[in-house]
Amino acid sequence: MSTTTPPPSEVSLRRGDVVRLWPEGLDGLIGVLRDMGYDVKGPTVRDGAIVPGRLDGAHDLPVGWRDEQSPGRYAVHWANDELAFSWAVGPGSWKAEFFPAAQVQWHAERHGDTYRFNESVESLRPLAIVGARPCELAALDVLDRVLRDGALPDPRYVARRDGAFVVVVECARPASTCFCSSMGAGPGIEGGFDLALTELSDADGHRYLVRIGSERGALAIARVDHEQGLDVDRAARVIQLDASVVGMTRQLETDGLAELLVRNQENPRWLDVAERCLSCANCTLVCPTCFCSDVHDTTDVTGAVTRNRTWSSCFDLDHSFLHGGPVRASSSSRYRQWMTHKLSTWWDQFDTSGCVGCGRCITWCPVGIDITDEAKAIGRSDRALAVGRSR
Amino acid sequence: MTPDTRDSRPTLAVWKFASCDGCQLSLLDCEDELLALAGAVRIAHFTEMSRTSLPGPYDISLVEGSITTPDDALRIQEVRASSRHLVTIGACATAGGVQGLRNFAASGEYAGLVYAHPEYLRTLDTSTPISAHVKVDFELHGCPIDRGQLLEVLTAFLAGRRPVVPGHSVCQECKSRGTVCLVVRDATSCLGPVTRSGCGALCPSLGRGCFGCFGPSDSANTASLSRQLAEHGASDLELARLFRTFNANAPEFLHQSVALGAASPGRDRTTSESGAGS
Ligand code: SF4
Ligand code: SF4
Ligand code: SF4
Ligand code: SF4
Ligand code: SF4
Repeated sequence: MSTTTPPPSEVSLRRGDVVRLWPEGLDGLIGVLRDMGYDVKGPTVRDGAIVPGRLDGAHDLPVGWRDEQSPGRYAVHWANDELAFSWAVGPGSWKAEFFPAAQVQWHAERHGDTYRFNESVESLRPLAIVGARPCELAALDVLDRVLRDGALPDPRYVARRDGAFVVVVECARPASTCFCSSMGAGPGIEGGFDLALTELSDADGHRYLVRIGSERGALAIARVDHEQGLDVDRAARVIQLDASVVGMTRQLETDGLAELLVRNQENPRWLDVAERCLSCANCTLVCPTCFCSDVHDTTDVTGAVTRNRTWSSCFDLDHSFLHGGPVRASSSSRYRQWMTHKLSTWWDQFDTSGCVGCGRCITWCPVGIDITDEAKAIGRSDRALAVGRSR
Repeated sequence: MTPDTRDSRPTLAVWKFASCDGCQLSLLDCEDELLALAGAVRIAHFTEMSRTSLPGPYDISLVEGSITTPDDALRIQEVRASSRHLVTIGACATAGGVQGLRNFAASGEYAGLVYAHPEYLRTLDTSTPISAHVKVDFELHGCPIDRGQLLEVLTAFLAGRRPVVPGHSVCQECKSRGTVCLVVRDATSCLGPVTRSGCGALCPSLGRGCFGCFGPSDSANTASLSRQLAEHGASDLELARLFRTFNANAPEFLHQSVALGAASPGRDRTTSESGAGS
């Protein structure tokens, strides 16, 4: 399988080029990224789920694993084959790498009558992600608009994000909960990566079609065994992606959705979902784009002060706490806030949808509430109310 | 130790009612911080630590335990009268504790099983939280409480600020630490979605469903969770038992256990037969 690739120094690869990589090449790529100084992370199997973890080599990837997902249910099983990326996103998202669940913003020590502040940004080894899914890149793009490109960039987010090297892998096996094709966020991807892989396995063998998306991506690939990209691989990729799209049965009708939600803020359907909703916040915390956080100062007995930022959620009573009490005391108002923000008001705020269709909120809701079903139900109810009004 | 009347440090008192002492011991567990704390406050009454007991009034009283005897019902009034801030700690003090199971049965029968001479006992029929007797300034939940939260409450009271002790679900702690959800993965019966955070999702992180030690979260939808766990195969009896442990008398848990068919408070005092509470 290994080839007659010229030694790395003689290869000149650049952005836009397409190459073929054998599985050993993927292992080599992880090694090269480590040699380039990156902290390499990617999907791993831990505690019965596919979650982000550290990669020492391709053997740490979920090779031979499959997932099964449905509203409120998740399982992985061992299929005993060579496929490393035959699964859809699990409970963890890359958000946690760039926007951790808890982060100290500053610490101040008391010295007599004054305070000495320390608000340094921890310098970490740059991150390389090998095996992000297209929807996860789309989600980072959404987060960038919130935490990097706005009026008040988050310096910790920016530092971690700007140095990150991303190898995305297109999806050949969407879960039943995925609906990225409705959101234009997958299962294929055309840009925004350093390298994009498509895992192929047919009569021509188990291999990867690699598209190079950046100069540093080209430098990394140049250092591993690779071959010229072939038209058969390009064709196989197109067929595979078509099958992924066709296989994606869950859908969200986005036409007119933003307006639909805004005009249905008093729809009785919100009470129906509130009956089921636990206000547990799982949906918002697994969502790769939800960015809400709580900032609080704590003191210790010496008078030192620490400002912490922790993940928060609009399902928290504290989230809307103003003087006198929470604005969104009912759980119907909290579910309404979540769905309206994701699918409607996010557009006003950030000129994009807040949802990329990854399906995490559906799978990881303990009672299986499905944002696509709820949107459909609001649509049905809206039509029924309109009929009622026109009579 | 002779009390120094010129000592300007605020005073701290720790009181015990019907309880196991586990929550008070959380204070001694704060090894690293205890010395600093002891420098910032004058520990005026804490029998787990010292025989010295200084007279009140006290700036902060920590109260552990529930009210189960007529004597304690009087004593808590005295504690309240001598305390500027009264903070209850633990499931006993905030919800009546596991001994609150007596509220669903004839406590006399339990006494007969445990004591050779129950006639010497002078107890109430119920175990009730401190807040049922006196005004409480802050309730710290847990069985036992989390020592980090205890330190947070003490330092907040000392600094005159609001303690950072969220009322949201345990699920948020699971997600923050990256624990894979047991309900979704294994259909485990877990009370996390309706239970107040604070433990750091200790049980789920070890593969056990949440037992609800910290009591109901601030927006607990126990009916919906019960429906889902029943769909996953849990029987009504199992679910009722899950709601009937340390926080059996917390209103949301009590209501749900009764809805699942467990005995109502008071109703079955004469028999210890029916329901999960017996
Ligand atoms: S709203 Fe749900 S489906 Fe959409 S991005 Fe968030 S978790 Fe994924
Ligand atoms: S949906 Fe809720 S948690 Fe998510 S970003 Fe919007 S307000 Fe925040
Ligand atoms: S939502 Fe789309 S991109 Fe994301 S895992 Fe599923 S198929 Fe892949
Ligand atoms: S929609 Fe589901 S995950 Fe989200 S708060 Fe409600 S019950 Fe929890
Ligand atoms: S394991 Fe329990 S506490 Fe953790 S997320 Fe799942 S339901 Fe919530």
